[in-house]
Amino acid sequence: MTVSDTGDLAVRVRGLTRRFGDRAVIDDLDIDIRTGEFVALVGASGCGKSTLLRILADLDHGIDGEVRVPRRRAVAFQAPRLMPWKPVWRNVTLGLPGGDPRRRAEAALAEVGLSHRADVWPKVLSGGEAQRASLARALVRDPDLLLLDEPFGALDALTRIKAQHLVAELWQRRRCAVLLVTHDVEEALLLADRVLVMRDGVIAHAVPVTLERPRRLDDPLFAELRSELLGWLGVGEDIAGRRAA
Amino acid sequence: MTSEVATIARKASSPVLGRFTPKPRPEPRPRLPSAGAPELVLVQPEAERRGGLPRPLRRAIGPVLLVALWHLLSVTGVLSPAVLAGPATVLTSAASLWATGELQDAILASLGRAASGLLIGGTIGVTLAVISGLFRLGEDLIDSTVQMLRTVPNIALIPLFIIWFGIGEAPKIALIALATAFPLYLNVYAGIRNVDQSLVEAARTLGLSRAAMIRHVILPGALPNALVGLRYSLGVAWLALVFGEQVNATAGVGYLMNNAREFFQTDVIVVCLAVYALLGLIVDFIVRLLERLLLSWRPAFSGA
Repeated sequence: MTVSDTGDLAVRVRGLTRRFGDRAVIDDLDIDIRTGEFVALVGASGCGKSTLLRILADLDHGIDGEVRVPRRRAVAFQAPRLMPWKPVWRNVTLGLPGGDPRRRAEAALAEVGLSHRADVWPKVLSGGEAQRASLARALVRDPDLLLLDEPFGALDALTRIKAQHLVAELWQRRRCAVLLVTHDVEEALLLADRVLVMRDGVIAHAVPVTLERPRRLDDPLFAELRSELLGWLGVGEDIAGRRAA
Repeated sequence: MTSEVATIARKASSPVLGRFTPKPRPEPRPRLPSAGAPELVLVQPEAERRGGLPRPLRRAIGPVLLVALWHLLSVTGVLSPAVLAGPATVLTSAASLWATGELQDAILASLGRAASGLLIGGTIGVTLAVISGLFRLGEDLIDSTVQMLRTVPNIALIPLFIIWFGIGEAPKIALIALATAFPLYLNVYAGIRNVDQSLVEAARTLGLSRAAMIRHVILPGALPNALVGLRYSLGVAWLALVFGEQVNATAGVGYLMNNAREFFQTDVIVVCLAVYALLGLIVDFIVRLLERLLLSWRPAFSGA
């Protein structure tokens, strides 16, 4: 990866292809994310959305094409992936360059409402707390690009709503570019400036979300966008309607 | 209307439902074998469930019963002193050996051998395991060699060791070192290779350098296995010690035991065996303590 002038882009991908054997999971894909933009990527299981995130996180190198990402980026995975042998605050500052790790860890943990858990082992955290610690670990790096790989997927419904609010709040404060990979259309519409639908290894459709924040599920435009996206995801209108009722 | 209200008020303690079914049901429904309310079982809190003796005491029951049986067989004459001295005799000879200072000297000599052997063997085993665990080149060069040597029974090497190292301390320590190196190698190597890949990946996204990755992720991740290896190594260190001390020793528990055999002193032999057992127990206790200190982060099953 070399540095080059890409204007105000935080991510620039051109002609990206990733093959597993004969199958191209990502097939000649283009994507741009502006600095400070919140983009959600939705798609059915196995459509390649997580693979794309792994490529942007520099975890998957078997690629063809051009991929440019900022040097400072952070990832929060679906599982919190905290080192069980380190107390929470040491997990937050693991690999963090610069001095005064304790103070910075405390600040990041305070930001996610987890100050009181700084000194415990990860094993005693609840699912939601562990996920918040993982978020603090990502944020303490002050990233230009935050990659979220279904970070709420393993949370229960109530905790998920809280975590979504937290992410919205943190993003409004930080204004870093975010790529959220999710299979939850409502979550994407609640949080993102732009929702991309991934299908057959390419971005099949893009929906700009102009709804005002904080967003409401009962907004008529919300419902409209929702059924549009569900249509693109191959979930028929009747099924989607039944789910809402 | 008023009378009905009054009825309800009078029957306030009985179920209100009863008012809508004045006639009693002819029979309970035979549809299910367990029709009606299921039998409720009280869930006991752990404090009550763990009734009886405290655990350390409970652990002692087995050994104490064994000694009691042994004593019983000795005093009734079933076990003759020529075959196996009774616990009382063993205790007195232990006391006299302690009084002359023989026992302490022997224990110290044996402990010194075990410690230096373990230190050398452990260093070699762990170093090789880290190299072959971390680097593919190391694995290719080291692993098959170690696996090959591992299958050679190390007791069979005693004659060779005597030729190489003489009959002093060196062959005994070498034997212990060799015996302890393998369990540590195998377990540390397996520990390194079994570190959770998702954690390694997460650490990579945090920008950890290779050295930091080894220090903060891979070695702590291998620690539970390494401690299993240590426990195993300590066990075989004792075994190797017993064998090593049978060869021309002039000090140590094995020497004491060999001497006793010459004079048919079964009580002294048993004292020595008991010393080996006690030392093993103490060392195991130390490793348990170490595990509790070093692995307190681990969410693990600790037995029901």
